[in-house]
Amino acid sequence: MKRVSLVLTLAVAAGLSVQAASAQTLKTVKDRGMLSCGVSQGLPGFSSPDDKGNWTGLDVDICRAIAAAVFNDPSKIKFVPLSAKDRFTALQSGEIDVLSRNTTWTLSRDTSLGANFTGVTYYDGQGFMVKKALKVNSALELNSASVCVQQGTTTEQNLADYFKGNNMKYEVIAFGTNDEAVKAYESGRCDVFTTDVSGLYADRLKLANPADHVVLPEVISKEPLGPMVRHGDDQWFDIVKWTLYAMITAEELGITQKNADEMAKSDKPEMKRVFGTDGNLGEQLGLTKDWVSRIVKAVGNYGESFERNVGAGSKLGIARGINALWSKGGIQYAPPIR
Amino acid sequence: MAIEPRKPPSQLLPKLQRALGGSAGWSGFVIQLVFVAALAWIAYEIVANARANLQAQRITAGFGFMVNTAGFDVSQNLIAYSGSDNYIRVFLVGLLNTLLVSVIGIFFATVIGFLVALGRLSPNWLLSRIAGGYVELIRNLPLLFQILFWYLAVLAALPNPRQSISVLDTFFLSNRGLVIPKPIGEPGFEPFVIALLIAIVAAIALWRYSRRLLFQSGKVIKVWPYALGLVIVLPLLATQIFGAPVKFEIPALKGFNFSGGSRVIPEFVALTLALSTYTASFIAEIVRAGILSVHKGQMEAGSSLGLQRGSVLRLIVIPQALRVILPPLTNQYLNLTKNSTLAVAIGYPDLVSVFAGTTLSQTGQAIEIIGITMGVYLVISLVTSAIMSFYGWRIGRSMG
Repeated sequence: MKRVSLVLTLAVAAGLSVQAASAQTLKTVKDRGMLSCGVSQGLPGFSSPDDKGNWTGLDVDICRAIAAAVFNDPSKIKFVPLSAKDRFTALQSGEIDVLSRNTTWTLSRDTSLGANFTGVTYYDGQGFMVKKALKVNSALELNSASVCVQQGTTTEQNLADYFKGNNMKYEVIAFGTNDEAVKAYESGRCDVFTTDVSGLYADRLKLANPADHVVLPEVISKEPLGPMVRHGDDQWFDIVKWTLYAMITAEELGITQKNADEMAKSDKPEMKRVFGTDGNLGEQLGLTKDWVSRIVKAVGNYGESFERNVGAGSKLGIARGINALWSKGGIQYAPPIR
Repeated sequence: MAIEPRKPPSQLLPKLQRALGGSAGWSGFVIQLVFVAALAWIAYEIVANARANLQAQRITAGFGFMVNTAGFDVSQNLIAYSGSDNYIRVFLVGLLNTLLVSVIGIFFATVIGFLVALGRLSPNWLLSRIAGGYVELIRNLPLLFQILFWYLAVLAALPNPRQSISVLDTFFLSNRGLVIPKPIGEPGFEPFVIALLIAIVAAIALWRYSRRLLFQSGKVIKVWPYALGLVIVLPLLATQIFGAPVKFEIPALKGFNFSGGSRVIPEFVALTLALSTYTASFIAEIVRAGILSVHKGQMEAGSSLGLQRGSVLRLIVIPQALRVILPPLTNQYLNLTKNSTLAVAIGYPDLVSVFAGTTLSQTGQAIEIIGITMGVYLVISLVTSAIMSFYGWRIGRSMG
């Protein structure tokens, strides 16, 4: 991992990221014929390869949607698996076009990294997992515990804040990758494993006996997860931002993967704008008029993607909760496409 | 008629020509000048390009981030550290952890390496085969694999803290590491240390006196009983007068972990074990080669003087072998230090893990942080090889 970041750093230093500075990401992607998408090294539900090597997950669907909008082909993607600590360097150096890797939106990341968050694909929060045998019912009972964590994440700082704020002592052991942290937790090196709650459910599936472990009720932080792009290319920023909004809008309007062609024939003014039969909103983005229908036909609307990857239709079985549409008690909301 | 000796032609210009341009003369000099200029231009382009790109993407540059609050904790810190300290402190904590594992690793690697080499050269069949087997097994397995083996297969198999293996209820071994009583200074501490120092100085003086006596008059006197007596009696006396130097804080199980006492974390143990046994297998071969490079006649000459095998090795063979051993041994020390960066695989908080890892990820200052980290390893390596060169120079001098 050290070697990767070193190479990436040298790439930045040597100015190999010329296309980054010249801000022509869309053109670069089209010329290359492929979208380069930074994902995790394997987090079920968000980005993980199946047994045939196909990447699936909520974060992966964002990249597939972008590829569908640009190429009308959701398979024209090169996935680049990245550890938490290498992800920003990969984006800065121009190795990837978009980082869609369960990354928390914070002010410092939005400003000092030379990159921007384009939206929130999943509203998450940090939680704790412990062995049932410890008979712990609350995170406030974790005084003096050993905690395993993946390094290079907001998780490490939240953890320090939470234990300090509650006057509790703890020992932190930080590992380079998530899998190493989970393995150390399972082997008994730590009492507690901590990451975003969605990650806890996903990682619990990897353990030998998932039923022996319990996720504690406390959620100690706000972790809005979303995709990131480089500074300095507003067109590309808009494309990635509105790809997510197109998926959310599709859910609001009831457009699904199955009925997209049917709905495209609708003569409601709103539908006509979305499907590009009226106006040229897609072209204003630098895409085609039928961009929304390309996206929805490739990955479905936001709700479909959610259910398929992390919701009731998946092994994770996470409830929609605050990730439901604003009109259904959640906070997912898209500005109007007009 | 006197013949005026002709002045020799001035040698200055041709000498200069040769010095600057080699055998090709001035044209060689021009080529070199162009080459150096090209190198300088490339270096300038790299720096200028990086600056321009950083500015275009509005990535913060510079070292201002070092004084920001880190906000995360580290599992092993030799100096006081908490999450509210700044990144400079994080850097120092990581650096000290790297130095700790390197110094202790080098010490054990050297001791094990010398012992294995002597074992391999031993006339005892079984001993030499065991030593040979050790070398072939350990040096041929990848180091990362060995680190993971010690960490995941050996240390993780230890019981949890509640079922820890304890000795006299003061030492506890569990999968959280080894917990031992922690010495805490008492009023009697300073007199104790002073008494100990005086005793050591006196013992050394005594030994030097006996050496001089030996060389001047050939008289042999046994000094070690007196020296040992000094070192034991003086500090004991100090303790009797001023009270106990330290008291021990006994660890006790409290909640999930032990509280009180000092703890050696398993990550440190696994890394040190793997690094020192791995490097020792190379050192063993280097030492063996060094000893074999000393002519057999030296050994025989020593034996014919009536010296025992141990004395022959210590006084005659090893000093000569060291001249061969030192340069490759220095390489192994440097390798061990650099290999300690594999710590990140098992969560040992070394410099690369906490600084080039967490700090880099939290601040995004890739160029600055990787630059500092590379600089640190360069300095550590250069200092190590300077120390070894100095040692080699002293040996060379003492042998005339």
